[in-house]
Amino acid sequence: MPVLETSKLTKKFGKFSALEAVELQVNEGEIYGFIGPNGAGKSTTIRILLGMLRATSGKAEIFGMDVWKEAVDIHKRLAYVPGDVNLWPNLSGGEAIDLLLKMRGSLNRQKRNEMVERFGLDPKKKCRTYSKGNRQKVALIAAFASDAELFILDEPTSGLDPLMERIFQDCVWELKEQGKSVLLSSHILSEVERLCDTVGIIREGRLIESGSLKDMRHLTRTQLLVETKKPLIQLSQISGIHNVEQKEDATVFQVDSDRLDQVMIHLSGFGITRLESTPPALEDLFMRHYEHANDARVAGGAG
Amino acid sequence: MFQQTGTLLRFLLRLDRIKLGTWLAILIVSSLLTLQSLSDLYPEQADRDAMIETMQNPVMIAIAGKSEGLDHYGIGTMFAHQMILFTALAVGIMAILLTARRTRGEEEDGQLELLRSMPTGRQSQLAAVSLAMLIAFVLLALGLVFGIEAMQAQGTSLAGSLLYGAALGVIGLFFTGLTACFAQLSSTSRGTIGLSFGALIFFYLLRAIGDVSNETLTWLSPFGWIEMSQPYVVNRWQPVLLTFGVALLLHVAAFLLNEKRDFASGYLKAKPGKTHAGKLLSGPFSLLFRLQRTSLIAWTAGMVLLGAMYGSVLGDLEKYFQDNEMLQQILAAQPGFSLVDQSIGMLMFMLAIFASIPALMALLKLQGEEKKARLDLVYSLPQSRLRLMLDAWAAAVMIGTVMLLIAALGLAAAGNAVLDDPVGYAVFMKAAAVYLPAIWTLLGIAGLLIGILPKWSGLIWAYVAYAFIAVYMGDLLKMPGWLRKLSPFEFVPQIPVEKLHWGELSFLALFALIVFAAGLAGYRRRDLQG
Repeated sequence: MPVLETSKLTKKFGKFSALEAVELQVNEGEIYGFIGPNGAGKSTTIRILLGMLRATSGKAEIFGMDVWKEAVDIHKRLAYVPGDVNLWPNLSGGEAIDLLLKMRGSLNRQKRNEMVERFGLDPKKKCRTYSKGNRQKVALIAAFASDAELFILDEPTSGLDPLMERIFQDCVWELKEQGKSVLLSSHILSEVERLCDTVGIIREGRLIESGSLKDMRHLTRTQLLVETKKPLIQLSQISGIHNVEQKEDATVFQVDSDRLDQVMIHLSGFGITRLESTPPALEDLFMRHYEHANDARVAGGAG
Repeated sequence: MFQQTGTLLRFLLRLDRIKLGTWLAILIVSSLLTLQSLSDLYPEQADRDAMIETMQNPVMIAIAGKSEGLDHYGIGTMFAHQMILFTALAVGIMAILLTARRTRGEEEDGQLELLRSMPTGRQSQLAAVSLAMLIAFVLLALGLVFGIEAMQAQGTSLAGSLLYGAALGVIGLFFTGLTACFAQLSSTSRGTIGLSFGALIFFYLLRAIGDVSNETLTWLSPFGWIEMSQPYVVNRWQPVLLTFGVALLLHVAAFLLNEKRDFASGYLKAKPGKTHAGKLLSGPFSLLFRLQRTSLIAWTAGMVLLGAMYGSVLGDLEKYFQDNEMLQQILAAQPGFSLVDQSIGMLMFMLAIFASIPALMALLKLQGEEKKARLDLVYSLPQSRLRLMLDAWAAAVMIGTVMLLIAALGLAAAGNAVLDDPVGYAVFMKAAAVYLPAIWTLLGIAGLLIGILPKWSGLIWAYVAYAFIAVYMGDLLKMPGWLRKLSPFEFVPQIPVEKLHWGELSFLALFALIVFAAGLAGYRRRDLQG
């Protein structure tokens, strides 16, 4: 059952089209990775979902309610962490966390103190003295200490150190175990890879790819590392093989998933002594989409 | 230490060219327009002598300052007397805002960190800001001198004009130096601006009390020095040189303080905050109060003080009236009302204008916070926009009401302590309360701007300035009635002299409500910034 659903979501700022017919679907208990470079429309989408911007056309619903008209009711069951956390300079971090939790409607002191401890935040410091990472911690603590059902996290780890990033990932896993849903916007692809079930890629305001990470990988390439008795020659001439590289004794290359069978038959003729296969990194998927886009643009520009 | 000051100076002048240009244009043009209208309106000595009578009482001396040239009150003397203090106040505000922004403001926001990582000296930014302000105030002085000389108004002289321009220029340098010092003491730009404005108001009040009761106090205030220069009357240069000297000392102090401290720190240390939010801090309403706590405490103290100062003047006014037979004859036309009674309305008007400032700041806070993206988290909570804006409005109405009434109370208490013939507290409070609908109107219009034209919400300050000038200078400049009626304060009766018209006040209140409701509707529909 979808917790969050948009259809043909479009937003125009004057003549500039920030979003065009975006279709998103986050199911209950799912962690959805929303990826794209800066300026692609991630934050605009999120601000529409939060009822801060009004969609020019299209539909956006959370918990089956309209995000603009029923924002207050939706927000009772939702927690949000912005990418750029701006806090009130003359409040302490502890005061800001308490205030946010109180305004949501419930302040669970035990959970709140536990989170402050986990993230190692000094709650006595004034918000004006916090670094970007510490401001992000304040928003993360206020979100994770709430009992929301849907978490919208907009690049929540861009200022965290690797230790804190790990704690953040643990917290997200715990949410998943509790059956909660998460929309995680990020451009740290390793993080998305580790956490998300489903991924949507947005480019220039359009959602160009979405589906489960597994399916997406299946449709693409596998990376192979091979050592053989006889030297491998003329590999790149075989269809379905890309990016051949020689690494000491081994050869590394990528294979289109649907050509894997033929390639393996071909390789066995050389006497395989070592074989390692790795699934394609999300980064490869991501880069491919953008490289294609750039190629197309260059071609279009020339014509 | 001062490497690249020249580069930074050019950069600053470029950055602030519009702000500086606007301030200078407004200051010079409004001065020249006033001089022109005074020449047009008071061509005869008899006109001006009549005008003096209304300016010579202690209330007006406290507000506008005194003149030593009343026995030959020419246009030049009149211009300097009426304008020098108000212009000095405006110049002070300009110096504070621009200096604080480019010193502590840039340090707080991080631009200065970038600049300091370049081959620039530790003192370069401060030096560039001081030089930029020096250039601005030299231009101001030159603009005034050339402008006034070009108009060839009666009673002006080159010597007087030079002094007039120089006096206003050095007061700007004084407040630049003072703000630069406070920028070293405080570690935030809010703190810097707060301390500087506190000093500005303190010096203004010191001069007011000094002018009315004890001249020694006047000589402790830079506004007093400027006033004592008396351009076109006796043309004293010594007080202007004194101001310039003190301004230089303040600059030296600022550089010394800047040399010794760590980047981004201040000499006044911030104390640590609380681990948990108190019971009171639980929603948008309490948040708005909390964010402005320090400034509200300062405003409350300031308003009580201002009221008490005006009140203490009433005693002098009563005595002045008893000693002045001619005034007694003029006022006999209005039997039953003393000069004290007639001044209460005017004093309450001044208090109402001041009280509207913290109220408007509280309402504009909502939009300021939105622009700084500090409300993003709040908007993601189950708090409707209707609730947010209504909370801000309720806070603003409350602040305006309390500020006005508390100042009126201060006025009543101080007034009755010095008056031989006391006026009832009820009269004072009623005279103040009738101004509330006018403050609500200002809040309503501010709400409309926030809801519909958020980018232009700062325009409300221009309207407040107009609302003040239309009433305060309306008579002096002989403005036509319809122009005056664009100010909500024009509809307010001066209690106890005038009768209370419920109709006009209800109209104002209703107008305020409708305008605000329109703003509210806009706020609920529009995209949020940030």
